[in-house]
Amino acid sequence: MKLTLKIWRQSGPNDKGRMETYPIDGIEEDMSFLEMIDVLNLQLVREGKDPIAFDHDCREGICGMCSMFINGEAHGPGRGITTCQLHMRRFKDGDTIFIEPWRSGSFPVIKDLVVDRGAFDRIQAAGGFVSVNTNGNLVDGNALPIAKDHADTAFDAATCIGCGACVATCPNGSAMLFVAAKVSQLSLLPQGRPEAKQRALAMVEQMDKEGFGNCSNTGACEVECPKEISLEHIARMNREYMAAAMTKE
Amino acid sequence: MALTGLFLCLFLVVHLAGNLQLLDASPEGRLKFNAYAEFMTSFPLIKVVSYVLYFSILFHAFDGLLLALQNRRARPVRYVKEKPMANRTWYSGQMAVLGTLVLVFLVIHMKSFWYEMHWGGLPKDADGNKDLFTVVNAAFHQGWYVALYVGMMGVLAFHLMHGFQSAFQSLGLNHPRYTPLIKNVGILFAVMVPVLFAMIPVWMFYFNA
Ligand code: HEM
Ligand code: SF4
Ligand code: FES
Repeated sequence: MKLTLKIWRQSGPNDKGRMETYPIDGIEEDMSFLEMIDVLNLQLVREGKDPIAFDHDCREGICGMCSMFINGEAHGPGRGITTCQLHMRRFKDGDTIFIEPWRSGSFPVIKDLVVDRGAFDRIQAAGGFVSVNTNGNLVDGNALPIAKDHADTAFDAATCIGCGACVATCPNGSAMLFVAAKVSQLSLLPQGRPEAKQRALAMVEQMDKEGFGNCSNTGACEVECPKEISLEHIARMNREYMAAAMTKE
Repeated sequence: MALTGLFLCLFLVVHLAGNLQLLDASPEGRLKFNAYAEFMTSFPLIKVVSYVLYFSILFHAFDGLLLALQNRRARPVRYVKEKPMANRTWYSGQMAVLGTLVLVFLVIHMKSFWYEMHWGGLPKDADGNKDLFTVVNAAFHQGWYVALYVGMMGVLAFHLMHGFQSAFQSLGLNHPRYTPLIKNVGILFAVMVPVLFAMIPVWMFYFNA
């Protein structure tokens, strides 16, 4: 099929950036969205032009790198998928497709569609871990009884791939769904309980420090999240945070 | 936000119950309404609650607008193409605009009745109470005032349509069994309360001499 692509081009963090138009032909329905960009980049390289910089790695929906805001939606149309899992059969011959980077003051654009998601790493580093004894006296994980429903809910939260679609799609640019997934995952398990209070406080504090917006429960994140992380986790984090804030010494 | 929002919701119910007395326009009904208004402005316990209410409105409005400002700053460069309707209701993203309209209405509304009741030097009725009924009746015989009132109740309805259930989520109250119920009660509340409020001026406009 034949398409018109309108893509955000920005040579570096200090460039103002602009949308540019690229006509493209010979795209097959079975191509993934990223393969379509590959075709465009090949064409650009052949013409001696700068190819479009975009993040990608696994191309199978597990790394969370392929951040693209496509036709006004994070990861484009379709639910529960990343950009690499989006196929061209979702589009029609002759379509115009807008492709933009994640927009958040906390995710500065590095080049074209590539943004710096270091803010997520710093939130993780603030408390998204379990301190373990590494002196050799390790306990068998299975020795700890964990209720099935807790294990399942923790696993659901753990499927978050840190892609940032929640931030990109939130009208407030809030990172609550990501942070809630991390807080939830650990607070539901016995290994994570001892540090639950410090974790909730520290991760929320870091989230605010990074300049993300405030959650007003529009629910847009849950709809666009490729891993369908539920708003229930945000409520759980709110409970954890309130309890921790009220009882901290 | 959630606590003040829910407190304001509770206030709406009490306020509505009081207002519904306006529907009885018989001479005794008018006296009863005036006596009720006098009670609400003078009884000490209600006075205390009313200060909590003034504080709640100011805090809710101030904090809401501050949060909305921070949210705008969190996305300094906006999308060229965005499809907000794909993943959220339009009113959930417009809480600050809807809230500001409610605030503007509140100022007009309080000038018309609350200010008049406290400092307006109203004439007394047969029982010696300030005759608020006559003031309300006069206001609700002006077509533009009734239209403004009804329109603003529509605005309030959308604020509550998102706000009611949102407050529970903010407080961490989310449960697969109860959240659907809270959402349905929220919609019912958001429709019923403003409709009943709006019914009063419309009724008075058409049916009260
Ligand atoms: C009778 C009047 C009002 C009622 C009953 C009411 C009720 C509510 C409720 C229940 C919420 C949800 C809170 C949450 O999710 O935590 C809310 C949110 C909000 N309200 Fe109001 N409100 C009223 C007036 C106002 C006014 C006057 C303003 C501003 C000028 C305002 C601005 C906001 C904003 C910006 C939010 C979203 C904030 C957020 O969730 O982060 N509201 N309101
Ligand atoms: S919560 Fe969902 S949208 Fe947000 S970072 Fe995790 S996987 Fe991505
Ligand atoms: S490239 Fe890894 S999730 Fe898309």
